[in-house]
Amino acid sequence: MSNKELLLGDEALALGALHAGLTGVYAYPGTPSTEITEYIQQHPLARERNVHRDWSANEKTAMEAALGASYAGKRALVCMKHVGMNVCADAFVNSAVTGANGGLVVTACDDPSMHSSQNEQDSRFYAEFAMTPCMEPASQQAAYDMIRAAYDLSERHGIPVMMRLTTRMAHSRAVVKTGDVREENSLHFPQKPRQWVTLPANSRVRIPELIQTYADLEVEAEQMGFNTYTDAPDHSMGIIACGIAYNYLMENYPDGCPYPVLQVQQYPLPKQMVRRMARECSSILVMEEGQPLVEQRLTGLLELPLPVHGRLDGTLPRCGELNPDCVRKALGLDPLPVREASQVTMPRPPALCVGCGHRDFYTALNNVVRQYDGSRVFGDIGCYTLGFLPPFNALHTCVEMGASLTMAIGAANSGVWPAVAVIGDSTFTHSGMTGLLDACNSNADVTLCISDNLTTGMTGGQDSSGTGKLEQICLALGVAPEHVRTIVPLPKNYDEMERVIREELEYHGTSVIIARRECIQTAKRHAQQKKQQ
Amino acid sequence: MKQDIILAGVGGQGILSIATIIGWAALDQNLYLKQAEVHGMSQRGGDVQSNLRLSTQPISSDLIARGACDLIVSLEPMEALRYIPYLAPTGWIITNTTPFVNIPNYPDTEVLNAELGKVGNVISLDVDSMAKEIGSPRSANMVLLGAMAARLTILDPEKLKEGIQHVFGRKGQAVVDANIAAFEAGYKFAAK
Repeated sequence: MSNKELLLGDEALALGALHAGLTGVYAYPGTPSTEITEYIQQHPLARERNVHRDWSANEKTAMEAALGASYAGKRALVCMKHVGMNVCADAFVNSAVTGANGGLVVTACDDPSMHSSQNEQDSRFYAEFAMTPCMEPASQQAAYDMIRAAYDLSERHGIPVMMRLTTRMAHSRAVVKTGDVREENSLHFPQKPRQWVTLPANSRVRIPELIQTYADLEVEAEQMGFNTYTDAPDHSMGIIACGIAYNYLMENYPDGCPYPVLQVQQYPLPKQMVRRMARECSSILVMEEGQPLVEQRLTGLLELPLPVHGRLDGTLPRCGELNPDCVRKALGLDPLPVREASQVTMPRPPALCVGCGHRDFYTALNNVVRQYDGSRVFGDIGCYTLGFLPPFNALHTCVEMGASLTMAIGAANSGVWPAVAVIGDSTFTHSGMTGLLDACNSNADVTLCISDNLTTGMTGGQDSSGTGKLEQICLALGVAPEHVRTIVPLPKNYDEMERVIREELEYHGTSVIIARRECIQTAKRHAQQKKQQ
Repeated sequence: MKQDIILAGVGGQGILSIATIIGWAALDQNLYLKQAEVHGMSQRGGDVQSNLRLSTQPISSDLIARGACDLIVSLEPMEALRYIPYLAPTGWIITNTTPFVNIPNYPDTEVLNAELGKVGNVISLDVDSMAKEIGSPRSANMVLLGAMAARLTILDPEKLKEGIQHVFGRKGQAVVDANIAAFEAGYKFAAK
């Protein structure tokens, strides 16, 4: 049975996973990966099969739960944005050591050009580092088709497989032909149980096996059909086009590329194909979305007899996402005639919504902290990071999930006072709770403000793990009950809010202020749902 | 045949509802389609755009090249101007005239109109007023879709109406009819 559907790259991957016999998706929301899990959550097949599809507290718990499902012989999917790979890196890298039993696919969605991220790290490095294969589909159809192949590869070699998407694949729609629906795996345990206990004695046996597996995966990369070598008459240059870079290449040659092209959608690199290009062409141009991983592997440290061009020598931009224009330039084609940009157009940066509770919280916080010369406010990841921008200018730092409180602790230890941390509810349960335990254990002189909008706001309003439990969590971690304060961020409450904030700044120990009011976007949605009922 | 479109607006204005209907019609007409969207942080009141490509042949890139866009369709006049470097020499701008002012340095209407005038091929229409006039103030986006349909030669306007029926069907026939009336008002305006 074949069907045609209009799907985002994220959705194509999600549907491919369901059709490949998925038993559970484990994920924390993060742009541009969120829609994978959301698609599975609303899909009838997922309901019918009761596929696990609740959000996880963070990427590490997601990765570990998926590894547990794989141990039990089932097919599992982990999804995250690229920086989520940092959070789950311990579990991910060691999942190559345990290996996979049921098919295990780890999807990392990279965000070159940082549309909605703090950096543009390239997840392919993690795959190589852990010695797992990586699949990088160039089309939505390939995303659908390749995830089943990824599950099969995972089960064939007993290894987790990374699927890497980038923003323009994750968030672009195209027509996808879908195929048959496969059954889930039945419960079965690993045939080699020792490697699942990573004692040194076991891992010393396992690592050489993993190295052998990686060599086998190079052969797979030559043979599975996702990496293809297309010869062409002009051998003055050969082009290696990875992932969606291939699309920008072909956009510029609608009648076919005059140079030999190696299309790469699967790693480790197909060594024989790369060597053929080096033998037959007098230069190589490497196009890859993200960091110059392939280019660096080719050029290394030594001078090569043939020139290799790409991001490192300036043929393509050193950073940022590729597009048809920069690829056109790299190919030496004449530029299209382009009109000048309008000079009257002003930037329109994102801003907190009108009526958002974070706004009222920042107004009150600013009114208090401006009375303290040495105060510093340590921020975190979420909509409320926009509090850095005018009119609030409220934050001094924002690094990664959970860093607000722990940086405030270190700063307080070093003499900063008052040291204030601002974190959202979802980020707090993602990576803030352990920091609060640290703070309580030394009674650090910090004030933690949890701006609780009862959802994971920035990614579109997914369930937040700690909803309804934040006070209990803070108390259990050791905050004194009289220093767990709750306020409602509304203009009419400014006086009370400011009094509470001032009192807790003046308290020389660990205190928590929970500013709680529902995200206005989810509140609107909930009101509409009620009306419809 | 191929048509490349940039849909522009401000986060929350609903450019994706227009894209959804075009997507449905394109699928029904067996066209190739690629549509790159913006999600995440930039949706919070910032500028948003979607690259929408329709073709009778397979499409390579998800993004439109500079100088290659056939239609810029915008729910907001300044946002229409933001993408001028993408507009092909023969391209058209179809834009709502009502500004969405959420920044302090938003340009004056005369400045915007003068700038749009320089482009040449521009259809400006006040979709909000037109939607109100025909008694469906919530269908402003469909007025714009209608105006766009007059230039979107690759798609059959009847298919777009079927798309409206499909997308709004679950909200009842009254909502469908209001949206189709809005679509037709926009189409008539742009076709004259």
